[in-house]
Order: sequence, then C-alpha cells, then structure tokens
Amino acid sequence: MATYNLKINGKMHETDADPSTPLLWVLREHLDMVGTKFGCGLAQCGACTVHLDDVATRSCVLPVSQVGNHEITTIEGLSEKGDHPVQKAWVEHDVAQCGYCQAGQIMTAAAFLKKNPNPSDEDIAAAMDGNICRCGTYLRIRAAVKSAAKS
Amino acid sequence: MSTNNSLNRRKFIKVSALTGGGMLLSFNLLTGCKPSVSEAAELPKEWFQFNGYLKIGDNGLITLMSPNPEIGQNVKTSMPMMVAEELDVNWKKVIVEQAPLNTDLYKPMQLAGGSNSISASWQTMRTAGATAREMLKQAAANEWKVPVSEIETIDGKLIHKASGKSADYGEFASAASKLTVPEKVALKKPKDFKIIGTSRKNVDGQKIATGKPLFGLDYKEEGMLIAMIVHPPAFGLQLKESDVSAIKSMPGIADAFFIDVYPDSKNKQWCDVAAFTKLLAVVGKSTWQVMQAKKTFKPETEPIKASSEKVNVFGTVTEVITPAGFENTTTHKQQMASISPKQVKTVRKDGDPEAAFKKASVIIERSYSCPFLAHNAMEPMNFFANVKDGQATLVGPVQTPSFMEKSVSDRLGIPLDKVEVKMTRMGGGFGRRLYGHFLVEAALISQKMKAPVKLIYTREDDMTNGVYRPAYYATYRAALDENKNLIAFHVKAGGIPENALMANRYPAGAVENYLAEEWAIPTNISVGAFRAPGSNFIAGAEQSFLDEVAEAMGKDPIEMRLELFEKAKSNPVGKNNDYNADRYAGVLKLVKEKSEWSKTQPGISRGVAAYFCHDSYVAHVFDISIKNNKPVIEKVTTAVDCGIVVNPDAATNLSEGAVTDAVGHAMFSGMTFTNGVPDQSNFDKYRMIRNSEAPKKIETHFVKNEIDPTGMGEPSGPPAIGALANALYKATGKRYYVQPFMIENQPIHS
Ligand code: FES
Ligand code: FES
Repeated sequence: MATYNLKINGKMHETDADPSTPLLWVLREHLDMVGTKFGCGLAQCGACTVHLDDVATRSCVLPVSQVGNHEITTIEGLSEKGDHPVQKAWVEHDVAQCGYCQAGQIMTAAAFLKKNPNPSDEDIAAAMDGNICRCGTYLRIRAAVKSAAKS
Repeated sequence: MSTNNSLNRRKFIKVSALTGGGMLLSFNLLTGCKPSVSEAAELPKEWFQFNGYLKIGDNGLITLMSPNPEIGQNVKTSMPMMVAEELDVNWKKVIVEQAPLNTDLYKPMQLAGGSNSISASWQTMRTAGATAREMLKQAAANEWKVPVSEIETIDGKLIHKASGKSADYGEFASAASKLTVPEKVALKKPKDFKIIGTSRKNVDGQKIATGKPLFGLDYKEEGMLIAMIVHPPAFGLQLKESDVSAIKSMPGIADAFFIDVYPDSKNKQWCDVAAFTKLLAVVGKSTWQVMQAKKTFKPETEPIKASSEKVNVFGTVTEVITPAGFENTTTHKQQMASISPKQVKTVRKDGDPEAAFKKASVIIERSYSCPFLAHNAMEPMNFFANVKDGQATLVGPVQTPSFMEKSVSDRLGIPLDKVEVKMTRMGGGFGRRLYGHFLVEAALISQKMKAPVKLIYTREDDMTNGVYRPAYYATYRAALDENKNLIAFHVKAGGIPENALMANRYPAGAVENYLAEEWAIPTNISVGAFRAPGSNFIAGAEQSFLDEVAEAMGKDPIEMRLELFEKAKSNPVGKNNDYNADRYAGVLKLVKEKSEWSKTQPGISRGVAAYFCHDSYVAHVFDISIKNNKPVIEKVTTAVDCGIVVNPDAATNLSEGAVTDAVGHAMFSGMTFTNGVPDQSNFDKYRMIRNSEAPKKIETHFVKNEIDPTGMGEPSGPPAIGALANALYKATGKRYYVQPFMIENQPIHS
C-alpha cells in the first residue's frame, strides 16, 4: 500500500492503494467515480478511457503508481454541466443503446477532436476503432463526432 | 440509486389496476434511479398514484413507470410513450422511472427477450394511460357540473369548451385518483396519435453522456464486499475442492470457499443454464485485490460424468443431455458435415420431394455453417446480493428478473416473497442475461459472508463461462425442372446442441414439394439464446441459398422471391405457414424502390435478402466495394415492417445496431475450442466488429401501416447476413458458406 495524490477533474484526491492497482479501479472503488467503465481490463475495448493530460488513456492498464503529476479527466469532469460539445452531440444524435461503452467513446472522441478539430470521415472511424460498441452504434458515434467537430 | 428494504410489496397490491379493473391503492415507489437535480427542482409537493404505471403531481408533473428491464432496446423511453399518448400529456412534463419488479402488477411479464416488450404491453400500457385520463375527466366533470362527454384533454389539460373552463391535470390529480377505476375505456385511433410515431430521445441519454451511475456494476452499498468466481479451465471438467488457505492470506482477501450453485436439478428452470456449477468464490475488499488473489489459484479438477437432467422450459419438461469428454472445434466441424440419415428427423413434408428431386434436371446443394459465439455484452456479468435475516435483496442487470427471483428462492430456501430483485440498466444482454446463475452465485456468497456482496466477472470469466450461441449447420437442396422452375426445396438443419430450423417459414408454403429435416449433436459446452435465436444463422444461410437458386433460374433475386410470395399467397402449399406473404413481399418492394435496385453504380456490388422473425419483416440491400482487398459496406438500405413504429428514431437506432452487430459476427467472430478449452478469452483474440468496419451508411425505411407493433430489437439482424453474403459474391465471384466470412489476414480476391 502506498498513498497517492491524484489530480482528477481539477481537484486533488488522496488515496491509499497497492501501487499495481489500475487507475480504473482507483477511480471506481476508491474514489467512487463510476462513470469510467470496466470492459476488458486488457486495453482492448476502450470502455475505461480517461484523459491523462490531454491524451486518451486506457485506465484499466495504467497502474496508479505511474500516474504521477499528470492530470486526469474522467467523464464526470469532461464538462461541469454535461455540455461539452461531444456530450451534446451524443445526446443530440441519441447515440446510446445500452450506453455502457459510451463514456469511453465520448472520452476518446473528445481527446481526438482536441488534436484534430477538422477530421475526415476516415479519420473519425480510425480514431474510434479502439472502442468496441457491442450494440453497434458506430454510425451514430461517427455522426456525433462529426457534428461535435463542426460546433 | 435508492434502496428500499421493504420486501413484502406483493401484499400492497389490492387488485391489479389493469387486468381486474380494480384500483391499486398503495405502491412501493422509487426503486431505481431518482430524478436528477434539475428535475427535482420542479418536483411536486404531492404525488397521486393512478395505477402501477403512472402518478401525477399536484403541479402537473407526470411520473411514468417503465416496467421492463432496459437493456439498450430503449424500452425505458418507448414503453412510457404509450402511456403518455393515451394520458394526453406533454412529454416534456414526464419523468420516467424504472418500475420495481412486480409480476402481479406488470403484465404480461417483466422480461427483456424475444423482442416483445412493446407488442406484449401495447394494450395494457395504453389502457393505463387512458384509464387515468378518463378519471381526470370525470373529476373535472364532477367539479364543473358538466357532462364528462363534453370534456376534452390536450397536453395535460382538461378543457370544457362550452363554459370556457380549463385546468391542469395537477389540479384534479388528487380528486381523480380517488375515483373508481372505469371498467372500460376507449383507446385512441392511430390517426390521432401525437406521441406514438414521433421520435423521442432516450430518457437516460444525458445521464449516459455524463457518466451517471446507472448500471449494475455501478451499484454500491455500505460495507459491500467484492466477490469473484473461479471456474474450471475447460468444458468437460469440474472443480474439486482443494486447499485455499494461500488465497485467504493474500492482501485484502476476506474469504475463499467453494459454492455449489445448482446441487440438484430438481427445480431447474430454463434460465438456470450453467456449465460450471461448482465454483470457487474469492471475496475481498476491492476488485483489484480479488483479481490478483484469484489469479494465483491453480484449480484442481476432475472430468465430468455424462449426465441428463430435466429442465422446465415454460411448463414443458425437456431432457438435456450432457456428454462427458473434451470437445474440439475441428471435431465439431467433421461431425456436423457427416451426419448420418439415422440422426435426421423429418419436421415438415409437403408434396413428394423425393420424386421431384428424382426427376429434376438441375439440383443445387449447398451447406452453410457458423461457430459458437460469446455474447460479450460490454458490461460483464455482475450482481449485487445482500442476504440476511432470512431475506435476500439482489440488485443488478438481468433480463429475467422474475424467473431468477424464483431460482434464488429455491436454491437458498428463502420464501419467494422474501426475495427481491431490483433492476438496473443493463450494459447489453443479447440473450446472455436471460441466464442468471450469477444471481444465485451472488446470493450464496452473500449468505456465507453474512454481508452485502457484489459479484463481478472479469471479461475472461464472462467469455469462457459458456452460454454461447450454438454452432449451426444447414444443408439446402433445390430442384429445378427443365424450364428452370423451382419444383422442390429441401432443408436439413442441425447444430451443436440444437438446430436453427424454422420449418414453417418461407419458402415453406411457396414450393410444391418441400422437406424440412433436423438433427442435433449433444455437447457439454453450454448454450443459450443469442439475439434472434436460430434466425441469426438460418436467415443468412437460406437467403444466400435462394440467391444461388435465383441465379440458376436466371432470375433477378428480388423478382424470384416475389414470385414465390405470390404463390404462397394465391395458392399456399401445406399448413401452418407462419408468415404473411403480403407483408413479406411488401418490405422487398420497398427496399427495391428505396435502393433503386435496378440502377447499377460503378465499383459497387449489391446483394439483397429478406426475412421474417419476431413477427416483423425486414429486407436489406447491401452495397459494397472492395478496397485494399477488403470489403467496404458503402451503404445498407433497410425496409422494415414492424407495424406501428412507437419511437421511429429509437427503432432506427436499434435496426442500425442489429445490422452492424449481425454483420460483425458473420464476418469476424467465433468461439473455438481445443480439448474443451475456449481458445478466446478476451477481445485480443475474440474479434468484434470495429467502428471502421461498420457500414458507412444505413438508410432505414419503415412500412407505414396501422398494424399493432411487433418486434424491433432482433429482426433487422438476421437478413443482413444474407444480403452481405450475396453482395460479397457479386464483388468477389465467391460464395460465402462458412462463418466467420473474413478469417483474419485472409484476403478476398476480386
Ligand atoms: S476496460 Fe480498459 S480497454 Fe477495456
Ligand atoms: S451502446 Fe451498448 S455497448 Fe455501446
């Protein structure tokens, strides 16, 4: 066990955890932020995507000991009022079916658009390829990313 | 989420408000998620309950209860829309809550499966809304001393034109809720619908986009422990009890012990499917610690013995045979391809197929197959249980809450009315969550720990635990006479351990000489329903085969199908044909028109298919191109006849998803086995369709009619596989018989 001070969504959080504990479980269980989802635990599905600084990161394979001073943003902190352009586009396009993958999809999309504000359709599909949606909402995800890019 | 510990809710119900015409007097409210803060700001001082489906606040706010489990099929929005329609309210003033599990109150069944949530509740939910509307009208009539027949309702208001009086529903909610419930109420005509048939956004859309706790995995209670299970590494093995003291001494571990989930099969229900019934439970403080501890355990196992058990499938006792031994995918394939006539049973026969095949001038024979599939709902199996003082409370994602209540009650020996299952939103199900052994497991673990417990499966646990889509196989034969007329049709369908035959479906009824046969090979790999059971294979096989038959007949594939429907309509062969030839032909005609079927485009290859399941009709045209030796689905044109479409945009989303899902599985996915061990255990090896592989565009068209709604969650998937295979053939000159079509790194040649 060790103590970690993590900057998450602009606030400092102190937590005791085994150094190998993935950030995903620290968020979900130590800090009660369950918006970030568990899908595979193997960096294969994207459900656990958070931002480490501005980079979309799979929190299920990131040991808490390696977070260091990087700032973490989770779905809960993407915007204060739930009105980040990507979130708005997601609601507008009524993307979700079961909704379980969507926090990860939104976090991936938000980080991607920050880097590439004018993506082509191919760029969007390629950027979202690491996030599995078992319900098959891929078309709406692409449409929502596209309209978020425009806004 | 709130927790309500009141367990004796059944006694609250005096009479079912809807079926008995009586009045529900008290009701256990507010399970599931509370309204968000912005909603709460406008909450009324007092709510008045009209029936199980709705209550009205003194300020005119409406709460509608969504009875069925929400699995991504959007029933939590679409089902309350039916109540709101008849209640005549402004949808903006509606709050939707997940109803508690209450099988006496919510008829016919609080279940997610079979695509029948909307169709089965079409009458009851509209009646619930209309009943309350009539009671409000009566209350206003009493107060205003005018005939009730002169009162109109619109958008949550009561209006009496002659006197100029009007009032908000909120003003009369109290008085109206105390009136006698009318025995009979008139329902609106479809032409008068204002909410049904209009697109309404997912009521949880904002919560999903902001990461609010909605799912079973997000549920938490004070003092809750985390539990995981260990099951044997291979089908054909069972755990032997062994020393677990090393695990118990690992950091954060509270206990480790063996559980027997279904020690005898006496009361087993159809939803109690479980390949591994003896498990090791590891319980601790945090998921990560339990995961680490569980990894260190080397299970001792022994081979299972062959067995047979009787299982109650909706009242019919069926015998399920489980053979011993370790199975292999390669052996499975050989077994399926070499079925002996002795194993085959005739299910339907029209005319004299043997004679027709003898005199045929052309016989086409083709075989199709598909592998086992894991459901892979994105939220792995999990459930919360708190068993104490002779009561059991369970919270989480399950498609069959009322059935599993009974299973938990039976296994733990706790009376049914002391077991409560609360439904959370589900991170997908696709049939996997019909089989709720994980509820029983969670309950047993909580009972032993005397503490609230959340059971969590890792992805590996989830993927290697069984309950797969069966492996299917089908051989088709068609006989053409010298004029290339189709004179006989033969389907012989089998699988491990069940077949996908739909003997009374098209083209049964359209061919003079018809033979449908079935066979099955038992297995110890457990299987269950998978989105559009059976149809998820047989539609693709049949529709690919018909494409070849049309080609051999020298006919356009749509025209050939339409001619068969004409025959099935004007002069049907045999009895029990289970489809409506007009509606079937209708979707083909619509897709033909919308896809501009007769036009060709450079670089585009097209395929068509149509299918009927869950009482709905769907046809697709797939447009594909080949880029970098890979197929690209440029466009899918879809025509759907599911009767009245309650929530068109949500139905479109569901249809798009079903197409993408079906295409993905047919192209890429499969569970294979080596000596009983699943070869895939996570998404590194198990191939799921990815965003860039999904169709670029899907255009969905609904047939407009006033027929009562039918299934929507499943029917669009199955025919997509046929249309895809037929388009691939046009693009590559190669027919696709074996799923998955795209074995990794195997280029297709154009
Ligand atoms: S849970 Fe992290 S990528 Fe799947
Ligand atoms: S919406 Fe269900 S997994 Fe994406």
